Amino acid sequence: MKKLIVSTAALALTAGFALADDTVRLGTEGAYAPWNFVNDAGEIDGFERELGDELCKRAELTCTWVKNEWDSIIPNLVSGNYDAIIAGMSITAERDEVIDFTQAYTPPDPSAYAAMSADVDPAGGVVAAQATTIQAAFVAEQGWTLVEFATPEETVAAVKNGEADAVLADKSFLDTMVGADGLVMLERMEQIGGGVGMGIRESDGDLRAKFDAAIQSMKDDGTLNTMIAKWEVASQW
Amino acid sequence: MFSYCTDPSTLEGLSWLSCYLTTGKHMAFYQSFGIVLVLLAITAPVALMFGFAGATAARSRIWPVSLLGKSYTAIVRGVPDIAFFMFFVIALDQGFEYMRHKVKCPDWSEPVRQGNDFVVCAQAKLPLSTSPQWMHETYGFALAVLTFAIVFGAFAANVLFGAMKAVPHAQLETAEAYGMSSRQTFWRILVPQMWVYALPGLSNLWMILIKATPLLFLLGVEDIVYWARELGATKSAKFTEYPHGNWNAYYFGGLLVFYLMLTSISERVYKRLSLRLSHGQATAAGEAQRKAAT
Repeated sequence: MKKLIVSTAALALTAGFALADDTVRLGTEGAYAPWNFVNDAGEIDGFERELGDELCKRAELTCTWVKNEWDSIIPNLVSGNYDAIIAGMSITAERDEVIDFTQAYTPPDPSAYAAMSADVDPAGGVVAAQATTIQAAFVAEQGWTLVEFATPEETVAAVKNGEADAVLADKSFLDTMVGADGLVMLERMEQIGGGVGMGIRESDGDLRAKFDAAIQSMKDDGTLNTMIAKWEVASQW
Repeated sequence: MFSYCTDPSTLEGLSWLSCYLTTGKHMAFYQSFGIVLVLLAITAPVALMFGFAGATAARSRIWPVSLLGKSYTAIVRGVPDIAFFMFFVIALDQGFEYMRHKVKCPDWSEPVRQGNDFVVCAQAKLPLSTSPQWMHETYGFALAVLTFAIVFGAFAANVLFGAMKAVPHAQLETAEAYGMSSRQTFWRILVPQMWVYALPGLSNLWMILIKATPLLFLLGVEDIVYWARELGATKSAKFTEYPHGNWNAYYFGGLLVFYLMLTSISERVYKRLSLRLSHGQATAAGEAQRKAAT
């Protein structure tokens, strides 16, 4: 045991030669197209990849990307494993107690349902949603039967195999899923969430200010709207 | 990978498949098999060392040492794996960073705990945020090995503790009668004989360890199950050159074969080991061997 600790410490010390030049590590899920996903080459891609790279350029930061499971994405941010979450995370009061958010980079959009036929009524049925999302919280609040899954893909699969009657998720994500295997979008939508922003540690006010300014500049010159339109993630500002 | 892969939408059948199976993402998938095997190869001996230390400590005549060994096995075995992997690892990581922080940034005035946040100076980060991604991955991997070793070491300690007790007491008394010191008795008589009793328990642990490797992803190491899930997920034509439906069944079928192969090889190794360790032992299996030889 001692040996192990010593060798880990040795590894840690040899890692310490580089100077503390600020590299910002961006954490994302990588399983939520078109927001963020892993492309054929195995790299993180999508709206937020492009947005994050552009924001870092404007804020003159060097950024690297880190994949992290959705469930533990906030605990790993506060413990310092990366510096910002950029993973289609809606700004909610509950999350805001634990971390801080930049200003939203997409406007609040309604969440949509997808089901196997258009006349399914989600109220009173079984609704699938990804765990610890605003959609899961919404379904639970309504008192409907909620089935939660760790990944977005599984929520859709649950509807396809009949485990759930409908899935509630961001409309842009469901857009990429409907049409295949008889999955259709329901007309009913829910107005939940307060836009999507970057999650930053509460003690990291400087970084938040930098990203805030960068997002503002992208809003002002219209590049953010162009990017939103390109990836079809949300409505325009 | 291949020259004809530039426009996969025109390809069909085998040539499409050959391109599909050689994308960067699939390469990462293949590599993750190596990662899992390396993890097993490193963790198993380290966990055995932890177990041996734990069992020896638990048997110690010195009271605090024996208490330490016993509480290690009792506490770690009682904590659910998932809790261990979610919280213990973060705590371990923070512990290392805190120690480095104290050494490297003695002038730091702000508190390390700020509300929910854990903040250390940039030089104390582990690894540094400027270090390349592979370093972060190696560090995550090392944490994973350590955590697996602590968890499985506790189980192994219990198995070895039982095995040490199972060695017939007459053997130890005979050793003493021959004038061996207690250290000699331990290393020359007890340890060589206990393995045969420990083997069934240890082989169970090995099997469980094999199956526990998907917990790796909780530690930020991308293992085979993560990649299988990612690759098997529905891919729409907009985001990939290789669109397909939900192929989880194929990928997880592949994993099934991999795990079954691993366990079947382990079974065979186990049989040979147990044959070898029974040789000359005062057990039923050893007795049967002796009779067969004569």
